[in-house]
Amino acid sequence: MLTLKKLVKTYRTGDQALKAVDLDVPEGQVLALIGPSGAGKSTLIRCINRLVEPTSGEVWLSGTELTGIGSGALRRTRREMGMIFQEYALVERLTVMENVLSGRLGYVGFWRSFTRRFPQSDVDEAFRLLDRVGLLAMADKRADELSGGQRQRVGICRALIQNPKLLLVDEPTASLDPKTSRQIMRLICELCSERGLAAIINIHDVALAQMFVQRVVGLRHGAIEFDGPPDALTPDVLTAIYGEEDWEATIEKVEDPEEAIEAVG
Amino acid sequence: MPMTDQDGTAIWRRRTTGQSMLQWFGWLIGAAVFFYCWQQISEATTWFFVFDAPRIAADIWTRATPPKWEYITQLGRPIWDTLNIATLGTLIALCFAVPVAFLAARNTTPSALFVRPIALLIIVATRSINSLIWALLLIAIIGPGVFAGVIAIAIRSIGFCAKLLYEAIEEIDAAQVEAITATGASRWQVMIYGIVPQILPAFAGIAVFRWDINIRESTVLGLVGAGGIGLQLSSSLNVLAWPQVSLILLVILSAVILGEWVSAKVRGAII
Repeated sequence: MLTLKKLVKTYRTGDQALKAVDLDVPEGQVLALIGPSGAGKSTLIRCINRLVEPTSGEVWLSGTELTGIGSGALRRTRREMGMIFQEYALVERLTVMENVLSGRLGYVGFWRSFTRRFPQSDVDEAFRLLDRVGLLAMADKRADELSGGQRQRVGICRALIQNPKLLLVDEPTASLDPKTSRQIMRLICELCSERGLAAIINIHDVALAQMFVQRVVGLRHGAIEFDGPPDALTPDVLTAIYGEEDWEATIEKVEDPEEAIEAVG
Repeated sequence: MPMTDQDGTAIWRRRTTGQSMLQWFGWLIGAAVFFYCWQQISEATTWFFVFDAPRIAADIWTRATPPKWEYITQLGRPIWDTLNIATLGTLIALCFAVPVAFLAARNTTPSALFVRPIALLIIVATRSINSLIWALLLIAIIGPGVFAGVIAIAIRSIGFCAKLLYEAIEEIDAAQVEAITATGASRWQVMIYGIVPQILPAFAGIAVFRWDINIRESTVLGLVGAGGIGLQLSSSLNVLAWPQVSLILLVILSAVILGEWVSAKVRGAII
């Protein structure tokens, strides 16, 4: 459904963030993008919805090529790609409801959004989503009154109310504690399977990624170093992605918590 | 390097010997310049008038007290004009300052090469000229009166408000703007959802702060004939009616205190 062809991004400083990346994401697949800081993970997902303009290459989303389209068409395709951010990126001074409804801005005209008169169907959907993530009671609170985990749930609602085909998720758990991180990852993956969404999830925590996704892609210095199922991540592979380190503990950790969760459940 | 090795112990000082010498030399030059200037000013002063000053001040004080309280009946209208000049001037200034600020801020300007320098020029030009001088110019153009005062205050305030506002716009959290952009929102929707909520507190603070300043500035505009209580002040000073002058100063003081109180309340409410 999403296909990247020889995607290159060179920043004005001369740093080559992406070196001819080829990637194919089929419908409904949740993919984790791992790699060291500065490997180009954030740049990659921002090149897909053109928050960062790629230097060359092609991005295909369900038969449309995105790098060459005009601003109107770009806005229409951005509606099909929900984005979730590391620091939540909620508009702090707006209410939870306004933040969720801002996901519909691509569908609603200027005056209706200015006067906050969203169509009833959008409001219904917003309430449904807030209920689904357990924040219905918070709808009227201001976004900066919420905790980190709650804010990220609002961020997820904002992405989902767009009714997207694809989720672009940038470090969703990097600012959260370990327990909340797992809850958020589980929520994202559950919602993806409920709605048949594809997702690209940038993530630092290798163990967490292995726990939840079907496919892992490792990025190093802007090039794909590994592409395979989570259980194919061996110490050698991690060394190829991140560099020399003792990886046994990281991989072992994956087994333990899973068992622990199952034991509790 | 301020690190030296003495008998195997590493000694660290903030400055090297050369740097300390240079610093002392700098202080020496500063002191010399200060004493030279003191001497020049002293030579140019007629010390007789200075020694006389406490007696004259005491004389004016006895003439000015008590204030001529019944004169207050003639001050109601002028102080109302003064407050109106300040309020209307601030409102007009804000109408112009908001678009100028968006054109001047690096992250919202449509063109950093052409539009931004023009916006910055407007800010510098309106800010660099005192409102009293704007009033003098405007009285020559549109004649004396309250209207000239309103426009003078408005022009002077555009640059001030626009400068503070564009700095606030440049400091917003880009991630929130990015998030709204990623939903497929249009340029104007990004503005009202991503940018405006972030700068609203700064905007309210700037508006009441400038209003507060403008109350003080508009009290003197009358001195040059641009309306308000300054007109009464200047005529009272001209006829040496000290009891009236002291009453006018008291009225101005209370207007300024009122302005301070309102702006403190507003700022308290938005934070």
